[in-house]
Amino acid sequence: MLDDFLTRAALAGLGLVLATGALGSFVVWRRMAYFGDSTAHAAILGVALSFVFSLPIYLGTLAVAVAMALIVAHLTARGQSMDTVLGVLAHSALALGLVGVSFVPSLRVGLDAFLFGDILAVTRTDLAWIWAGAAAVLGLLIWRWQRLVTASVNEELAMAAGIDPARERLILSLALALVVAIAIRIVGALLISAMLIVPAAAARGFSATPERMAGSATLIGAVSVFGGLWASLWFDTPAGPSIVACAAMIYAATLVVCRR
Amino acid sequence: MTALIRATDLSVSHGGDLPVLNHVDFLIRPGEIVTVVGPNGSGKSTLVRALLGHVALASGRVERAPGLRIGYVPQRVHIERAMPMTVRRFLSLPRRVGDAQAAAALERTGVPGLEARQITALSGGQFQRVLLARALLGDPQLLVLDEPTQGLDQPGIVAFYKLIEEVRAETGAAVLMVSHDLLVVMRASDRVVCLNGHVCCEGTPQAVSAAPAYRAMFGAESQGTLALYQHHHDHDHDHVAEGHRHGPACAHTH
Repeated sequence: MLDDFLTRAALAGLGLVLATGALGSFVVWRRMAYFGDSTAHAAILGVALSFVFSLPIYLGTLAVAVAMALIVAHLTARGQSMDTVLGVLAHSALALGLVGVSFVPSLRVGLDAFLFGDILAVTRTDLAWIWAGAAAVLGLLIWRWQRLVTASVNEELAMAAGIDPARERLILSLALALVVAIAIRIVGALLISAMLIVPAAAARGFSATPERMAGSATLIGAVSVFGGLWASLWFDTPAGPSIVACAAMIYAATLVVCRR
Repeated sequence: MTALIRATDLSVSHGGDLPVLNHVDFLIRPGEIVTVVGPNGSGKSTLVRALLGHVALASGRVERAPGLRIGYVPQRVHIERAMPMTVRRFLSLPRRVGDAQAAAALERTGVPGLEARQITALSGGQFQRVLLARALLGDPQLLVLDEPTQGLDQPGIVAFYKLIEEVRAETGAAVLMVSHDLLVVMRASDRVVCLNGHVCCEGTPQAVSAAPAYRAMFGAESQGTLALYQHHHDHDHDHVAEGHRHGPACAHTH
């Protein structure tokens, strides 16, 4: 069954949305969209480093994304503005990554695959990384769900209940780093944020509670994966962007249906 | 009676500037309603946050009774519209409670049957009562309310304080409030602490409303509370301000 590239692609996409549905909801609730974008851009540096040191792509991108999350947490705790820190780090890392890539001739041609993803080329090893990463993110979110939701509602209320909002924020940043690492093969660095935000935004319209929104976002993500792969096969369009376009169409449809 | 929270020689500063709180002593006992009043920037919210242990102290210490259960309603709770949240779900954060318990808490605070409503669709008065209901769910020994009536109209404010007094009478919980609503709050409190970076004066509402420091700080508005208490003067109270440290000149700026 795993011999079919389309099956592998679908499984990779489903693994990803298992993590992005819930995590993307937090990204929407806490206005972390720019954070996701920045981490994803920085991941290009991780791709370059992986090639230079012959590491698995996932390790290199994960290391850079985690480093970025920790540095951002450290600098914002010292009173730097989040926007500025992210802007500086993301674009420095992206620039360094692109400079690094120029030293790796084989990569110079294939960079597209990391900017826009290549879900149709995922291997069994990729699948193992993606599902392990997604399971880790989902497990982390479920484990700390009540605390994360409380801290996202109001930090003062969370502190009064003995929850450390800074720690929960860091946990979300690390989960985001992990998702960026597993998503880079699937939708690429430029479209990772879309997989986080678009399904969650579409789910918002008809969700009454945080849990239902996370669940619906996961479902919408899964439908988008199938729809995108189908469109890609039928119209010969690039798969990653087709998945995102499909999610965007669902979002547009919910805007019309849920208009009150 | 032992104190629920006792702060001794408390100082807090934000960054390197002048301290926001300067050598403040504070104490709240079981069952007491204590209100902290003071102008903007006088450190009222900082005092509350220091008592709860949310800010680092520059000096002094805060002792809380062991195992003290606190129900907290922070100032200006804002919930993002991006986050779907029913009243029922909100009451279960972060500790899950049963439906019957949730319904009883809403009933107690005068907003029964709101469970299915979205938090962001509530009026200001309803939202404050839902916050209070959530604070009551932990069966608190102390309720801490930071400007609980902001954004309410005059009847709403009066009704809210009446509710607080009822809750105190029923549960025996002590109440610590920060407030701007001098007239109403003075009537509802057992003790008033007048804060301006330091404790200017404190004591019974009657005593504080007559204190020169209080009248200098609040000017015309304090005349209203004074009149109120002169009007009620045939009860008894003729106390002098307790613990008055500074004399009439204490409303100076820092």
